[in-house]
Amino acid sequence: MSTTPLIATGLRHAYGNRPALAGIDLRIEPGDFVVITGASGSGKSTLLHALAGVIVPDAGSVRFGDVSVSGASEEARSALRRTRFGVLFQFGQLVEELTAVENVALPLLLGGMPRRTAEARAGEWLGRVGVAEVAGQVPGELSGGQAQRVALARALVSEADILFADEPTGALDSLAAEAVMDLLSELNADLGATIVLVTHEPRVAAYGRTEVHLRDGRIDTLSSYGQDDVIAQALR
Amino acid sequence: MSTGHVLLGLLSRGQQHGYDLKAGHDALFPSARPMAYGQVYAALTRLRDRGLIEEAAVERAGGPERTTYRLTPAGRDELEVWMSAAEHPPSEVNNPLATKLNVALVAGGPDEGALFLRRQRSAHTARMRDHTQTKRAADATLTQVLAADYALSHLDADVRWIDDALARLGEITREVTP
Repeated sequence: MSTTPLIATGLRHAYGNRPALAGIDLRIEPGDFVVITGASGSGKSTLLHALAGVIVPDAGSVRFGDVSVSGASEEARSALRRTRFGVLFQFGQLVEELTAVENVALPLLLGGMPRRTAEARAGEWLGRVGVAEVAGQVPGELSGGQAQRVALARALVSEADILFADEPTGALDSLAAEAVMDLLSELNADLGATIVLVTHEPRVAAYGRTEVHLRDGRIDTLSSYGQDDVIAQALR
Repeated sequence: MSTGHVLLGLLSRGQQHGYDLKAGHDALFPSARPMAYGQVYAALTRLRDRGLIEEAAVERAGGPERTTYRLTPAGRDELEVWMSAAEHPPSEVNNPLATKLNVALVAGGPDEGALFLRRQRSAHTARMRDHTQTKRAADATLTQVLAADYALSHLDADVRWIDDALARLGEITREVTP
């Protein structure tokens, strides 16, 4: 488990004339389970992508220990996402031509690990997320819930410190969504993996320990589970 | 929920006396108020008078007499009909949040309304986390999981309503102060 916080300062970003982030300061503690919520267009996916180094914000910085996520080159950010960060999207974005175990092994192969070792580790992760039996199947043969578990294994196979997930249950029915969220909670509790998850579904958000609720590109409310009056510190 | 139908359902397991039925009810609905003995015996009397149950035996084991009851064929029919019939969906949903929001809008305007909604949202999401933890507990029973699912679905609907209301208030505020 990492002991490094992820710190965002003064994040601003716009798409053309449309502002998406209008000044965000946020500190994510190691081991936390953070959910980012808010209406469509409130900036939640943009914030996640800026935190994960998928995009470089127009202004402000994201730091992970002594690594400047926002100041790194595309190549360095890509390497960061292969090693320290895992990213999971709504549709798992698995490579259709590869089997489940080959998909999961991909980040390890790109990092230079020999194929046999990479696939052995990928197989272990498929078991850990409960879909060992689909190792030899291609994504077209998997259910939505199975595909998302395979994508989760791929996001975590490099022993990522932080898992970033963008609407990971958006394409699943409620029981399949619950199974994925239970799995994320177990990974957070058992392995200490930090999780940062975007969702528009209150039931999914209820799995988080910290909720960052956005409105118009700003933090509207920051709540921590177990704290009585979360509003006082949070209303801005 | 009809107490009588719950008792008919419990008696479908076999003949029981009032104490067993109360214990059976409280185990089946752990988050509901425990059933009072007076309620059990009043309901049993009504069911017997309607011919839906009958006395099966009177036991005396070193204490007061205890009557055990069993379903009659009419009672079994009544239970079957009740179980298979859909409940009427409510035509009007009681919404205390809307009541308070409307008063806040009248007395304090959109800012007061939005402040209430944000506080309510936090209270709702905290409660949703509690129910989620209940469901995920290793010793959660199916009854507890189903009850938590139901509570979560209703709280989820409230939070979506709160989010929509906040968005509408934002639109109103923007119209007033362009």
